[in-house]
Amino acid sequence: MLKKFLETPNDNKIKTITVVAVLCLVCSIFVSASAVALKPIQQKNKQVEKKTKILEIAGLMERGGDVDELFKQFTPKVVELSTGEYVDDIDPTTYDQRKAAKKPELSVPVGRSDDIASIKRQAKYATVYLVEQDDQVKKIVIPVHGYGLWSTLYGYMALDGDGKTVTGFGFYEHAETPGLGGEVDNPKWKGLWPGKVVYGENGDVQLRVVKGNVDPSKPGSEHKVDGLAGATLTSQGVSNLVQFWLGENGFGPYLEKFIERNG
Amino acid sequence: MSQLTKEIVTDPLVDNNPIVLQVLGICSALAVTSNLKTALLMSVAVIAVVSFSNLFVSLIRTQIPSSVRIIVQMTIIASLVIVVDQLLKAFAYETSKQLSVFVGLIITNCIVMGRAEAFAMKNPPFASFMDGLGNGLGYSLILILVGIVRELLGAGSLMGVTIFQTVNEGGWYVANGLMLLPPSAFFVIGLLIWALRTWKPVQQEAPDFKILPSHSEEGA
Repeated sequence: MLKKFLETPNDNKIKTITVVAVLCLVCSIFVSASAVALKPIQQKNKQVEKKTKILEIAGLMERGGDVDELFKQFTPKVVELSTGEYVDDIDPTTYDQRKAAKKPELSVPVGRSDDIASIKRQAKYATVYLVEQDDQVKKIVIPVHGYGLWSTLYGYMALDGDGKTVTGFGFYEHAETPGLGGEVDNPKWKGLWPGKVVYGENGDVQLRVVKGNVDPSKPGSEHKVDGLAGATLTSQGVSNLVQFWLGENGFGPYLEKFIERNG
Repeated sequence: MSQLTKEIVTDPLVDNNPIVLQVLGICSALAVTSNLKTALLMSVAVIAVVSFSNLFVSLIRTQIPSSVRIIVQMTIIASLVIVVDQLLKAFAYETSKQLSVFVGLIITNCIVMGRAEAFAMKNPPFASFMDGLGNGLGYSLILILVGIVRELLGAGSLMGVTIFQTVNEGGWYVANGLMLLPPSAFFVIGLLIWALRTWKPVQQEAPDFKILPSHSEEGA
């Protein structure tokens, strides 16, 4: 039977269809087998990368250190954004805020006038990472995201134990123009953020990115960060997402309670 | 290894190089050579794809209906590229992120399809595999050369290790930013072609037409 099939002329219609079908079947098994077999390793890579980013932004990354080991310095906690309270019945190690933002039961739409970061829907809960020392919170790392010029930028902001001073800021995923908006990854620019103060005297979010350079001698410079040259829209996007996530629709309520608690 | 197989492997390195003689696969050669690491990883990916696609195409060559042969080749190549992409994401995650879409674009790399159609369809499996290997190596050779030139002049480093200390880091070397942009690969490949064709005049092509002088001597 097989021999007869192999001897059939190649331009026979039935043979053509059979050859193509068998080839497709073999190739699809080959491809799906490799995808399934390699998935656990790939997911681990992604997790390590995310953890490394959080560690870098919090300033706790050590060269050659074991990422999982270093990551134990953090206490992850899930926060309900609208009330600012910790939630205990969601496991922070498995909760995925990005997936939750797409699920109707776990997210809320953001009102048009409030949606300065252009995210449309936001998750009800968010994971924050705390660095504690002698029962005192030394650092808080909060996730932020928002739209730049081409893409949604996903990143983290590390705040000091006082709940209003930035100690680190950076993105782990974006697709802005390399060399222009992509300069959000530039260590020099990221280095401008530590020391900036989020809230003003009356508790408003004052922190923002401005066009051009900030004159450090002028009042209010502690709330302003230089814009990126040639990337006005990305800079604006970063400014908006910072304002959104630190404001009343983001971590505002949580940080307010946090500052009260920590004095 | 017999004399003939040796020739199949070494011929595409210099005498019949896919990039500088046949001028194929230029797109990826521009995109992934801004540093040596991505160039090396891309080379490995292409060598694997072109060798194995040649092998598999050659194995079933007597059974491929001629009316759909290009589609059959594409299916094999595409499957291999996906598998290679998955492997890179699992074992070379950082660098594979820098390669981004260019691994997927190996599917459309003319070298892979060209070798399947021109060689593997007419030759036995082992010779086809060797031909793929040779062509992959020929491609890699140019990629690595361009990668070395671009990373060294553009960033003063090789494989991320500083060779020339740049001014930004307090050294003496003023980095040439153009080298990190895709057009510089055109210049480097162009210079390579010039050098190679001067060394081996056989590779020079006869002009297709002759440009006439813009005005004649006596008409002036």
